[in-house]
Amino acid sequence: MALMEIFAGKRLGRGLHVPDHKEATNHLPIRRMPFAPMLVVPLSQHTGAPAIPIVHEGQEVVRGEPIAKAGGFVSVPMHAPATGRVVRIALAPSARGDLSPAIYINPYQGASQEVLYGAEQDIERMTPAEIVQAVQNTGVVGLGGAAFPTHVKLKVPEGKKIDTVVVNGCECEPYLTTDHRVMLEQPGEVLHGARIAMRALGADRAVVGVENNKLDAVAALRAAAAGAADITIEAVEAKYPQGAEKMLVKVLLGREIPSAGLPADVGLAVFNVATLAQIGELLPRSQGLIERVVTITGPGVRKPGNYLVALGTPLRWALAQAECTDQVSSVILGGPMMGAAAGSLDVPITKGVTGILVLTRNEVNGHTRIYTCIHCAACVDVCPMHLNPSRLGMLARKDRYEEMEADFHLMDCFECGCCSYVCPSHIPLVQYFRIAKQMVRERSIKERQRA
Amino acid sequence: MNTVVEIRTSPHVHSGRSVDQIMRHVVYALLPICCYAVWLFGISALALLATTTGACVLVEHISCRMAGRESSIGDCSVAITGILLGLTLPPGLPLWMAVVGAFIAVAPGKMIFGGLGFNVFNPALVGRAFLQAAFPVAITSYTPALALHRFAEFIPTSLAAPFLKAAPLGDWIARVRIDGFTGATPLMLQKFDHVATDPWTLFLGERAGSSGETPALLILLCGCYLIARKMMDWRIPVAMLLGALLTDAGYYLSNPTRYPGPVFVLFSGGLMLGAMFMATDPVASPVTPRGMWIYGLLMGLITVLIRFEGGLAEGVMYAILLGNALAPLIDNVTQPRTYGERRRKAMVAP
Repeated sequence: MALMEIFAGKRLGRGLHVPDHKEATNHLPIRRMPFAPMLVVPLSQHTGAPAIPIVHEGQEVVRGEPIAKAGGFVSVPMHAPATGRVVRIALAPSARGDLSPAIYINPYQGASQEVLYGAEQDIERMTPAEIVQAVQNTGVVGLGGAAFPTHVKLKVPEGKKIDTVVVNGCECEPYLTTDHRVMLEQPGEVLHGARIAMRALGADRAVVGVENNKLDAVAALRAAAAGAADITIEAVEAKYPQGAEKMLVKVLLGREIPSAGLPADVGLAVFNVATLAQIGELLPRSQGLIERVVTITGPGVRKPGNYLVALGTPLRWALAQAECTDQVSSVILGGPMMGAAAGSLDVPITKGVTGILVLTRNEVNGHTRIYTCIHCAACVDVCPMHLNPSRLGMLARKDRYEEMEADFHLMDCFECGCCSYVCPSHIPLVQYFRIAKQMVRERSIKERQRA
Repeated sequence: MNTVVEIRTSPHVHSGRSVDQIMRHVVYALLPICCYAVWLFGISALALLATTTGACVLVEHISCRMAGRESSIGDCSVAITGILLGLTLPPGLPLWMAVVGAFIAVAPGKMIFGGLGFNVFNPALVGRAFLQAAFPVAITSYTPALALHRFAEFIPTSLAAPFLKAAPLGDWIARVRIDGFTGATPLMLQKFDHVATDPWTLFLGERAGSSGETPALLILLCGCYLIARKMMDWRIPVAMLLGALLTDAGYYLSNPTRYPGPVFVLFSGGLMLGAMFMATDPVASPVTPRGMWIYGLLMGLITVLIRFEGGLAEGVMYAILLGNALAPLIDNVTQPRTYGERRRKAMVAP
């Protein structure tokens, strides 16, 4: 059975096999990290409007207590990650490189890791609208990295019907093993979360897609599902970027999300396994999201592992716990293919941080020589969106952004980075496309203002 | 803990492939063919290959200097051009003509467009096409393989002085005692005299022809090495051979006595060398998957059409040059359908 799934796993046509380096941490159980002496909880850890603080400086907070309320529908509240005192509400460095408002909390020494805040609630008797509200109250956002508020996806768009919930357990980024460990250690919570999502959306089935390099997770989920008819667990080929939702729904269900559309356009809603595990765990007790699993790994750390980290823990503290070496050349939040390099070690860990990858000078591609495009078509062969990165790159060099958008589907690029990874000329293709997309967006905003 | 971190944008890792690495491997794949050419045709082939390669590298180096930029000979692409040019010329071609060919291949064939990545045509074939037009006799004067004393003395025409009449080959051929040699390649024999050549001679290449085009099996093997190392796209050679095969099948089935069979068509002339090492020049071929198939099939078709219907015995060179010319157009009409695209766009303006 297992062997069959290795070979017959549902296949992704394009994309590429990247050395995954997951063996460093995929066998290590999730361990809780001690509180840092200062926790910095940014008010904007998610896509959408920032949260609004409801505490004042000097106030004592209890672990799990709400400290900021949602700033609108596409926004979530924040909860105190530790019992302690609010020291100040001020600007803090963010992973993007700028400063953003945050609540500084000084945890009490010896503060308990137990969460006392919260009350039981009966999900079975809630209406879909009440579930959406309850999920918003937990502050859960997409934990796969996107950090999009989950309750927004649980609300069926008008005129649409959702028939299937797709659960994303691919974790195709190299090095990362958080979703893997969550599936192994909390399969029941994952499935419970999936059931809650099905109820909220009125979907009658759920499909879990897991890459076939994690067959133990497939087995754990199947055991937890215990033959339930409405939830199926499928192994899919381990290939980057299998975990992109557009790729996953195509491979699992043969449906294509239309260009500039949403999964709801084809009757689907896609959630990451860790997100559903948190909903399954927090919702029955109406608690808030205060910690998440983060894989800290890479050649630059001596104690790699999967750590349960309180939100707001500064990188510097987390890296010290994992015994970071002196040979650090860059610290990446997320995986090596799509993660962002942290600009400072004072950046706090937020809801969207799946992993911290510490690279030394040996792994980071240095100042390699850039050649002209030799039309080798390697990028065309790997682009999961079936774009033509070679042509797009040549147009980008000439700043022909409108043409890239109008004739070569620039805006469909989701920046997986496959093209840059394979390019033998070392042309920074996806980097060009990021700039081009930003230029197109800015121009269209300007045009709208003029009109 | 070191607090200085570098900031780069993702992806933070790379496959490790590079252009110079790919080009170096193409050179490695061509070396066995060069060695075999020297074994077959002796010191003249060696001198020819050394001349074309050396001249091409020199011309690129000087061009770069004149353009005031760093020399690009280090990426090895010009070495491929030089070797390929040598392999496609008759072993007895006067060396001064080879230098002219090398100059045309690199200066107007490649550097004038901006160097690697910008040339429209395969540079080696540009050089060869020029020689074919300028010296039609010299480029169709073939000498026998495995001649006596081939490692000790040059084919007399090789050392001809520029712009002077070369010594006639007849006396030399009589002296090296190759029985029944008519100075014709198997394609010429087939086309003009209707004489068939033994398939094993074609596979092993012990026949008259351009210095490196004869050992079809060896060329196939070297090409497969590059395909296995993922340094070359398999679709183009497969499509080109398939195109030739299908076109020949039409002719052969309609008149088996007049037209040669598939084995002869695939393994004679320069088809194998062209399909494996020249049609696959990435710079001058399409990038879209469907485009590669169309490009290959078209070149195979034209090769056989020239062989059977045209005045020349061989058509690979012009087929590939025509394919190169059409490649940008093929690319434009075969843009892939993107994921989630709502409707097909008809055609994209170049």
